[in-house]
Amino acid sequence: MFKKQYESHESVSIIFEGKRLNVEKGLTVAAALLVSGNTVFRASVVSGEPRAPYCMMGVCFECLIEIDGIPNQRACMAPVREAMKIKRQIKP
Amino acid sequence: MAAAITARAHGLSVLVLDEQPSAGGQIFRNIETLEATRNSEFIKLGKEYEFGSSLVRRFKKSGADYFSDRSVWQIDNNLQIHHVSASSSKNNSVVSHCQAKRLLIAVGAMERPMPLPGWTIPGVMPCTAADVLYKSSGFIPDGKVVLAGSGPLLLLIGCRLLDVGVHVSAFLDTSMNGALLKALPLLPNALRSHKYLTRGLSLLWKIRKAGIPFYSGIQNIEALGSSKLEKVRIRKSGKSFDVKADLLLLHNGVVPNVQITRNLGCEHRWYDVQRYWEPIVDNWGNTSVDDVSIAGDCGRVAGAAISEASGHLAALETVYQLGIISQTERDKLSRTHRIELARHQHVRPFLDKLFQPSKKWLIPEDDKTLACRCEEVNVSEIRETVRMGIKDPDRLKSMTRCGMGYCQARMCGLTVSEIIAEENKVSPEEIGYFRVRSPIRPVTLGQVAEID
Repeated sequence: MFKKQYESHESVSIIFEGKRLNVEKGLTVAAALLVSGNTVFRASVVSGEPRAPYCMMGVCFECLIEIDGIPNQRACMAPVREAMKIKRQIKP
Repeated sequence: MAAAITARAHGLSVLVLDEQPSAGGQIFRNIETLEATRNSEFIKLGKEYEFGSSLVRRFKKSGADYFSDRSVWQIDNNLQIHHVSASSSKNNSVVSHCQAKRLLIAVGAMERPMPLPGWTIPGVMPCTAADVLYKSSGFIPDGKVVLAGSGPLLLLIGCRLLDVGVHVSAFLDTSMNGALLKALPLLPNALRSHKYLTRGLSLLWKIRKAGIPFYSGIQNIEALGSSKLEKVRIRKSGKSFDVKADLLLLHNGVVPNVQITRNLGCEHRWYDVQRYWEPIVDNWGNTSVDDVSIAGDCGRVAGAAISEASGHLAALETVYQLGIISQTERDKLSRTHRIELARHQHVRPFLDKLFQPSKKWLIPEDDKTLACRCEEVNVSEIRETVRMGIKDPDRLKSMTRCGMGYCQARMCGLTVSEIIAEENKVSPEEIGYFRVRSPIRPVTLGQVAEID
């Protein structure tokens, strides 16, 4: 959906759905996941349909995701940190 | 930022709470880092950004206490302001509060949601989302992009995408038929700030010259795909055709972010040309609530230059209200800002009329389209509830859950007012809006428990 224009020099590694992912330092969780090709962040609590980040500025609450065990975090507002554990919000 | 600079210049103690990660708002987002580390891109953004950068520098030097990453979630009647980290809901993410004598709200605007079938599919976004990813992260859309909507911002962002080599496979113009004709009487005055007009025309020309298929008179747009966008179905002159797309960027104008002013009980009115709610203010940005004023695009949406002037004016009023300068001094000091304000304002009535949103894109024709994304309430469910005699948005909310989700009606609020108004054949002014209650940002119980 989105791509980098250039390679970055500094990276951090995050754990998304149990897998290690090296991403550019300074990105938000939403940007980091989108550029790594992960477009589905959660399932709608009503229909279960897949949902992705929408506004990217903290207004729409579409990008809610679990970060370090705390659910419903706005991925577009949260910067990536080393060893951050991120999980999709999909009901089993 | 402008208000903080002026207030500090008169010796006020100023606290600035910003929900975003760095100063600059949406227009000048991430501007300091852009200038420092991606200078060639910064220069390409144009002269305004150089100005924006100097504004941020002056703001940072002003002596105002600036806190980024702070979400205001409650404001008490005595102007005690509660705020919390915007980026984390950890209990220890510093829940805090402060006491203000005067409050200036400058939360800016947001894109008007543009509900259409399939707009919840990953790969459909408002056009500013692409702009945020570009400015904050240096990312550009990958694959085929379809732009749809109406307004100067869509042209601007479309041109930026072309500049960085993005493949735009179609431009779907949803402007109102005959809008130009309606706006024409306002043109002579608009010519007094002709820079905006020549800029707009050059953007349009660039898009046309790039050879992007440009479609006007669109009847319907539908996003199709399952876990990601695959194509956009367009209906025009009674015929449907598909355009393959990886990203559909929507835009239907910009509306004030009224969550805080609504929550505080400020009086609002319906601005019929641009079809949104705006807080009622006097010439100094004072709202109907004592000691609460606004500046910038969270009032009448008018862009960066006007927002800045209105910030200086609101600050001068605050300085006057706190007894530091006299009324005469206030008026004298405000003169240059008033001139600046007027200089940029000539063009606004014309632009507002030219890009007035047409009904078709405010209320989706397809009744199964979701109006409320969070609780998945579609247009038909809202209409049926209204036909049962429900006229009040809050009653509709309790019956349908529309507006009860995480975004707290930021995405569906305007659509709901429009639908109820249409069903009752009245103006949304008569219908009103959802009551906005605290917390205006979701907070966890753990965070509330941290408050001392």
